Amino acid sequence: MTTSRAPGDLSPASAGTAEREGRRRGFRRERLVQALFLAPAALFLLLFFGYPVAKNVVMSLQEYTTRTFFTGEAPWVGLANYATAVGSSLFGPAMLNTALFTLGSIAGQFVIGLALASFFKRRFPLSGFLRSMLLLPWLLPLIVSSATWRSILDQDSGILNAFLRNLGVIQEPVPWLTSPSVALLAVVLVNIWVGIPFNVTLIYGGLQEIPEELYEAGAVDGATGWKAFWHITWPNLRPVVSVVLVLGVVYTLKVLDIILGLTNGGPANATQTLAVRSYQESFVNFQFGVGAAFSNILILISLVFAVVYLRMNRRAVDE
Amino acid sequence: MKKASLTCLMAMAAIAPLTLTACGGGSSQAAANEKVDSLTVLDYYNNEPDKTHIQGALDKCAAQLGVTLKRETVPGKDLIQKVLQRSSSRTLPDVLMLDNPDVQEIAATGGLAPLNDFGVDTSGFAQGMLEAATYEGKVYGLAPTANTLGLFYNKEMLAAAGIQPPKTWDELKAAAEKLTTGDRYGLAFSAIATYEGSWQFLPFMWTNGGEETDLKSPKVAEALSFIDGLVSSGSASKSVVNWSQADVRDQFAAGKAAMMINGPWQIPSLAKTPNIKWEAVQVPVNAQGLTPVAPLGGEVWTVPQTGNKAKQAKSAELVECISSDENQLALAKERFTVPTKTALAGEYVKAVPEMAAFAEQVANAQSRTGKLGKEWPKTATVMYTAIQLALTDQASPQEAFTKAEAK
Repeated sequence: MTTSRAPGDLSPASAGTAEREGRRRGFRRERLVQALFLAPAALFLLLFFGYPVAKNVVMSLQEYTTRTFFTGEAPWVGLANYATAVGSSLFGPAMLNTALFTLGSIAGQFVIGLALASFFKRRFPLSGFLRSMLLLPWLLPLIVSSATWRSILDQDSGILNAFLRNLGVIQEPVPWLTSPSVALLAVVLVNIWVGIPFNVTLIYGGLQEIPEELYEAGAVDGATGWKAFWHITWPNLRPVVSVVLVLGVVYTLKVLDIILGLTNGGPANATQTLAVRSYQESFVNFQFGVGAAFSNILILISLVFAVVYLRMNRRAVDE
Repeated sequence: MKKASLTCLMAMAAIAPLTLTACGGGSSQAAANEKVDSLTVLDYYNNEPDKTHIQGALDKCAAQLGVTLKRETVPGKDLIQKVLQRSSSRTLPDVLMLDNPDVQEIAATGGLAPLNDFGVDTSGFAQGMLEAATYEGKVYGLAPTANTLGLFYNKEMLAAAGIQPPKTWDELKAAAEKLTTGDRYGLAFSAIATYEGSWQFLPFMWTNGGEETDLKSPKVAEALSFIDGLVSSGSASKSVVNWSQADVRDQFAAGKAAMMINGPWQIPSLAKTPNIKWEAVQVPVNAQGLTPVAPLGGEVWTVPQTGNKAKQAKSAELVECISSDENQLALAKERFTVPTKTALAGEYVKAVPEMAAFAEQVANAQSRTGKLGKEWPKTATVMYTAIQLALTDQASPQEAFTKAEAK
C-alpha cells in the first residue's frame, strides 16, 4: 500500500525524458497522498481488528488462565486447546445447534422480511409510520428484548401460552424454554423477531430500486401479482437478496446475548452453540485458551461466508 | 512479565491519553514510608440499597484511618473480567471486594496479598468464611457479613392449609403437594444453568451427606432424586430450570409459590409486597435430627498486590475495620445478612429476629471452595448440568452426574 517504488511507466516511448520524470514525480506524490488518506483507516483496522484477531489466535495456542493476567506467563500448548474444544462431547451438539439456529433464523427472517417489504411497497395511509414501528426490535438493547421474551415465553404465566390457549390452538401450555426439545425453536423464533427489521430495511431498499416501468410493461404482457413477482421482482432483487443472506449468516453465527438471556445454553445444554461455548469456556470456566479455540472455529466459519460475500460484491462492481 | 508489558505498551499506543499513568506500578515500591492519604476501592454493590450501606461503612472506616476513598462499583457479573483486565495492566485497586467462591481463583494468580503479611487478626470468624478466603494455608480476605439459603414460607397459605413449616424432606414434600393448587405451586427454587442452580442444590446435597468431591455417590443422587420428584409430581414448576433466584422471589412475591428456597438478600425486595406475610426456617433435612448444612455466601474484602507497601498496609487496616464488630452488626442489620464473627450471632438475632433461622444456618454453613478451591467452577458446571438433565428427563438422577461429567 505504501510502496515507494515508482509504478510502471505507461507513457509512449517517444516522450521526452524530462516530461517523463515530471509525470513520474507527480504520480509518486499522488500515491503518497493516497497512502496518507488510507493510513488512519489502515491503522484503525490494524489496532482494533487485526490485533484482537491475532491475539485470539495466539491465545488459542497457549495455556491462558486467570494467572496469566497477573504474571503474563502463558505456556505454549500447540493445538491442545483445539483438541479439547473439538474433543468435548458438547462440540457435536454445539455445531448442530449453531447450524440449526443460523438456518432457522435466516429462513424465518428472510421470508417474513421479504413479505413485509413487498407489503410496504404499496402506498397506503400510515405506511411510513408502521414501517418505522417495525424498526423497534432493532433499536431495543438485546438484553431488554431477551428479558421481555423470557417472560412472554414463560410456561406457566407467559402471555404467549395464555394467548394460544384462549385461541384454542393448544390445550396444554407449551414448555417454550423449559423443554430441551422446544427451547432451540423458541430461541430461533425470538432471533427471527430480532432480525426482521434488518431484512425489511435492506429488501425494501432493493425493491425501491426496481424501475416502475418494468411492472407497467409486464402488466401489458399479462404479468401481474405472483407472475410479476417471479418474473420481475425476484430476478431484479437477486443482488440484494444475496447480500442480505450472507450478512445475515455472519451476524447470526455469532449471536450470544439472546441465547444467554433466554436459556443460558440450557435446559440440559439444548441451546449450546459455538458462541455460547466460547463465552462459557472463557468467562465462566476461565479456560481462555479453549474459549479462544472455540471462537476461532467460529471466525473460520464466518470467514467462508465473508469470502463469498466479497466475491459477490466484486462481481456486482464489475457489472 | 515481558509479554504483559508488551501488551500494555500496545494498549497504551491505542488509547495513549488515557493510560499515561497506567503501566507504572513497580516504581512506587521505594516509597514504603510515604504518608497514605487516599485509597481506591472496587466492589460490585452497584445497586441500591446495598450501594449506600456499603458506602456508609467505607466512609466510617476511611474517617477513622484518615484517608479519602475513590470507590468504583461495577455490576456483579463484570467484576471478575474487570479484575483480570486490571491485573494485566497493573492497575488493581488498593482494596478489592470479591465474591467468596472467587477468592481462591484470584489468589492463585498471585494478585492478592495474604493478610498475615500485615498482622491482621483473623480469629473468631465463621470457619466456612475463612476456608473460602484461604489459599495454600494463607488467609487473603475478610468478610464483614455472610448469607446463606433458607426456606421462606407464606404464613397465610400454610395456616390456611393447616401446615407447620416443614423440617424434613418428607414434610417438605407433603407440604409442597398440599399447597399446590390451581396456578400456585407449593415450592419454588432455582435450577437454572448457572452457578445459582448449583448453589441452590448444595443444601440438599450436603445435608444428605453428599460431597462435591464425589458427585457420583448414591447420596448425591438421592438428593437430586428428591428435587426431581418435586418437579415431576407437579409440586414445583417445570420452569425451575429457567428460573434465577430473583425469578423465584418474584414467583413467591406474586403469591404463585407458597414456599421458596432463597436467601435473606431478597428480604428488602420482599418488603415491597407487604401483603405477602412470610417467615423463614432452615432448609429441611433428609431425616429428623440431622444438622442442616447450607452453602455460605457473602463477599470478602482483599488487598491486591499493587507494589505500594504503604498503601497495602493501609488497605489491610481498612479491610480489618470493615469487619470490626461494630461494622459487622451495622451492616448485617441494614442488609439482612449475618455477622461472620460467630460470637455476635446472639446480639444480632435479638435485634433482627426474622433472621434467626439464617443466623443459625450460617454457623454450620460450608464454603463452596473449601474442599475444591480452584476446581469449584468446573464442578459447579457439572452440577447444574446434571440437575438440568434430570429435571428435563434427559437422564435419571442416578446417571445424571455421570452423563453431565462427560459433557
